[in-house]
Amino acid sequence: MIITLSWLKNHLTTSLNLEKIINKLTDIGLEVEAVKEAQNELSDFKIAKVLKAEKHPNADKLKLCEVSIGNNSDIKKVVCGAQNARSGLVTVYAPPGSIIPKSKMKLKIAKIRGVESHGMLCSGNELNISDDSEGIIELKNREKDIGKNYFKSKGEKSIDISVTPNRPDCLGVRGIARDLASAGLGKFSNLKKIKIKQSFKQPIKISITKEKNQGCLNFGACYIKNIQNKESPEWLKEKIISLGLKPISAVVDITNYVMFDLNRPLHAYDADKIDKEIVVRNSKSGETFTALDGKTYKLGSNMCVISDRTGPLGLGGIIGGSRSGTEFDTKNILLEAAYFHPSSIRKTASNLGVDTDAKYRFERGIDPNSIIEGLEVATNLILKICGGEASKFSVEGKSKVKNRILEIDQTKFKKVIGIPMPSGEAKKILNSLGFDTKIKKNKFLVKIPTWRPDIYQDVDIIEELIRIKGFDKISLIHPKKSRNKDTLSFDQKLFHFSQRAVATKGYMEAVTWSFTDSRIDKHFSQGKREIEITNPISSDLNVLRTSIFSNLIVYLKKNQDRGYLDLSLFEIGPTFYGKKPGEQQVVIGGLKSGVVNRKTWEAKPRNVDVFDVKADVVKTLLEIGIEENNIHVSNKTKDYYNPGRSGSINFNSENGVLLASFGEIHPSIISSLDLKEQNVSGFEIFLKNIPKPKTKYRFSKKDYSISDYQKSERDFAFIINEDFKAGDIKKLISDVDTNLIKNVKIFDVFSGGNMPAGKKSIAINVLIQSIEKTLSQKDLDDISQKIIDIVKAKTGGTIRS
Amino acid sequence: MIDLRELIQKISQAKDKLELQNIKSQFLGKNSQINQEFKKLGSLSEEEKKIKASSLNNEKQKITEAINVRFKELEKLEISKKLQKDKVDVTLPARERPNGKIHPVSQVIDEISSIFSEIGFSVAEGPDVETEYNNFTALNTPEDHPARDMHDTFYLDNDKKILLRTHTSPVQVRAMLNGKPPFKIIVPGRTYRCDSDQTHAPMFHQLEGLHIDKDITMGHLKGCLDYFVKEFFEVKKIKMRFRPSHFPFTEPSAEVDIGYKLENGRIIVGEGDKWLEILGCGMVHPNVLKNAKVDPNKFQGFAFGMGIDRLAMLKYGINDLRSFFESDYRWLNYFGFDPLDVPTNYRGLSR
Repeated sequence: MIITLSWLKNHLTTSLNLEKIINKLTDIGLEVEAVKEAQNELSDFKIAKVLKAEKHPNADKLKLCEVSIGNNSDIKKVVCGAQNARSGLVTVYAPPGSIIPKSKMKLKIAKIRGVESHGMLCSGNELNISDDSEGIIELKNREKDIGKNYFKSKGEKSIDISVTPNRPDCLGVRGIARDLASAGLGKFSNLKKIKIKQSFKQPIKISITKEKNQGCLNFGACYIKNIQNKESPEWLKEKIISLGLKPISAVVDITNYVMFDLNRPLHAYDADKIDKEIVVRNSKSGETFTALDGKTYKLGSNMCVISDRTGPLGLGGIIGGSRSGTEFDTKNILLEAAYFHPSSIRKTASNLGVDTDAKYRFERGIDPNSIIEGLEVATNLILKICGGEASKFSVEGKSKVKNRILEIDQTKFKKVIGIPMPSGEAKKILNSLGFDTKIKKNKFLVKIPTWRPDIYQDVDIIEELIRIKGFDKISLIHPKKSRNKDTLSFDQKLFHFSQRAVATKGYMEAVTWSFTDSRIDKHFSQGKREIEITNPISSDLNVLRTSIFSNLIVYLKKNQDRGYLDLSLFEIGPTFYGKKPGEQQVVIGGLKSGVVNRKTWEAKPRNVDVFDVKADVVKTLLEIGIEENNIHVSNKTKDYYNPGRSGSINFNSENGVLLASFGEIHPSIISSLDLKEQNVSGFEIFLKNIPKPKTKYRFSKKDYSISDYQKSERDFAFIINEDFKAGDIKKLISDVDTNLIKNVKIFDVFSGGNMPAGKKSIAINVLIQSIEKTLSQKDLDDISQKIIDIVKAKTGGTIRS
Repeated sequence: MIDLRELIQKISQAKDKLELQNIKSQFLGKNSQINQEFKKLGSLSEEEKKIKASSLNNEKQKITEAINVRFKELEKLEISKKLQKDKVDVTLPARERPNGKIHPVSQVIDEISSIFSEIGFSVAEGPDVETEYNNFTALNTPEDHPARDMHDTFYLDNDKKILLRTHTSPVQVRAMLNGKPPFKIIVPGRTYRCDSDQTHAPMFHQLEGLHIDKDITMGHLKGCLDYFVKEFFEVKKIKMRFRPSHFPFTEPSAEVDIGYKLENGRIIVGEGDKWLEILGCGMVHPNVLKNAKVDPNKFQGFAFGMGIDRLAMLKYGINDLRSFFESDYRWLNYFGFDPLDVPTNYRGLSR
């Protein structure tokens, strides 16, 4: 909503300046978004400097100029035919879209002899300020004004107010004036009594059909004959321009003026174009209608149309039709003031995709009792400006809507706001806002004005009271520093802990969209159904992600494309497995690419591989609190990993819940995404599968005894089948005697060479220690033999001598 | 007899450990003179034996001592000789340690949680996919409410019943339906709106706050936010103003601005005469309480919602919202936080 101070003063007697008013507007909830210099068609012309002027490559008489219109703007490239265009010249620039005063031509970005020209440099003649058409204007000593408007604006500043959806009454200047007066900024003026000579009955028959979903509550009209439509007088033009609108004709400008002045939308029909009568009815599906915006709309059913015998003349409260629009030669008009139900307006407008100032107001709710007032003001202005004779007003439908009355407890204000408000103060505020009040025992009886569709309950009244009194008057109550409940649940603690645990492994945390490109997501979705967004922001963000990898790999690629190849990225966040709320889980996904020790002076470079990510994922699981013997690693894998170089970690055994997957990303995915650095490994940790610790003994640890006896180490080398898992042999040995075997470490694996085909050698170091005694040679020999026997029996392998 | 003085001098001049070893075996070894003399002791009388033995022991001890001293000296010499050769250029680069970082949004969520934990708020969460009912209707924003226009909503179905939540407020409804008052929660999370330009991203982060009890007033709301803003920006004084506004789910509603000034293009929060909007809040609308099965005649309280990304931008001088989500390695490294830098109450939020 745009207002000017002078317009405001039509409704508010005040001596306060613009700044005071602006501050108060914001204080009472009418947020000032911007204060702008008056706009008119001349404010496009800027003082500009020619930075460079060169000959046009394809034309001898034309020049190619680079023009600056201030530091905050791009350099404009302009083709210019003037002889005097030269670098350093300060002149006047007209951007594309501006209208040249002399020719009334609207400038477009155009190719002139093959070179695009963004606007033009102007001569005095073209701007209608002199007859000089020899060259472009030369401004002396105006360097400091570069970027400013060339033409001083005549109008006053306009205030752009962001009106919240609950305050349709403030979509008219009068409503804003009422609020300001209530807040003590002046006196709210009464509307002038208007006397109109109304000599005859409104001759056009108007009816509102009685049907379900009828969108029109009432329809008032005035017939004005023998008018002479013309350009609006200056004062009216100025008002229309200050709103950012274009003056059209007196009749149209007056209806717009009344809409912005009183928040009373009106519509004027060329009465001679109405076919016999007006019927306000629901549209029939398939009806078409050409609106004033030049578009033809195909209507659905149950849209409120104003029609005559021929068909729809307009969409009630939204937009008029071109068939019955007023022109300069219109002689007789029918002026409409009606009330349309907000929900009907909203449905129709959103179905057809129309947005107008009238629709904006009706869908928020205008005053249903403002029909006569609106007709009076507009008719009076039309008679004054265009002459003619007015009929009496006709009103169909409900002529008057009753005021709501609310009962509010006087103590309620203090209960909600925390500070008291004396009843006298409350009464004064409410009365000044147009609410009538009566006190009945401890209660206020408040009569709600019909222009306030937002007031339904006592809290709505309380808001009015504190809004005008000022939020700064509420004394703050400092919070108590006490805590009765845990701040975080187990899952939340796990989230934060594992997030930081992964970061300590050298991964950068990324935050990417929850939606992704279905073409990439399908690589990682394992055939799960796509979860489509019906209105995606772009076609490459069209599904919810089923995997963290879907976006992460794209950003890995983007970083690679910038020339950074050795990367570790992770994200912790939701992945989705269904459309229903809650069909999501928290996953940590990490990707690592490139080379370890790339170009270092002291170590050999090697590719990032599955064992890098395995180290990261296992360490993270240990840190999260999974015990080492519960980490079961297997080569079960998912189809987006390299099948031979990836695995799974399950809790406790192969059948336990899946804690994590890891491995090298499948080469076919790498190549289809065209990654520069093809060594990419990744891991995923599924946080919902991390078991909760038992609450009972969570903190106290098991008794721990340290052995004072000597430890011994024994090395073994076995030759076993190549496909026998190292992890299994390790577990086998650990289980031989859990009391004595403290650690099992695999320190060498090799196959090929002089190994028989299909066999590998695996070297294992075993740490043996007793808690009870120093082990004798015999004890050690016995346990060693036991190890050898069990490995032989279970693996079919042999000890290497 | 050996000339002890001469011998000790010889020992102290031994060139290396080998020479010293030779001296040792020559003078203290099996066939050494001293050893021979010890052997002869048996043939002496008790008295002579005593005298002689004492003198021999004395001699042996002195030699041993001298050898030990020289041995240590030689060892030192040897090490320092070795070290003279063993020199590295310590200005060569060290072995690389991987260096991970926490995203600023995560860090700020931790900071905020820590601040609200201190005054008794718990962290609640809700799903990213929501029903139209929880996201709008239950929050007193029925289907034809113009306020819905302010939320450009992503839908997952053609009936527009399932959507990506446009704010974290639906978690208010979930929390209240799933529990009994009082409620004192904050809700950080991802939120979605389908517009995207320099200052908007299709996904961003919000933090919702909800405090419902028997006598929670707007005074408590003011106090709570005043505490939060000062703690978060880590300044003692901060100008703050509550401006009336409108949200369908609160009544009265307010927007909160904080004072700031610009210094060399940087925003300095707390001082100055400019205002910056940071959050929206208000007293929970009785209709919302009713929809969430809480009796508005018995319980009341406040709610607030703020943009986490925006708060992070303000506190840490980040200019472009979209850069949060571009995962540029250099940006993450520059604006990210060390994982060990965990915000806590007792150590302070930031280092």
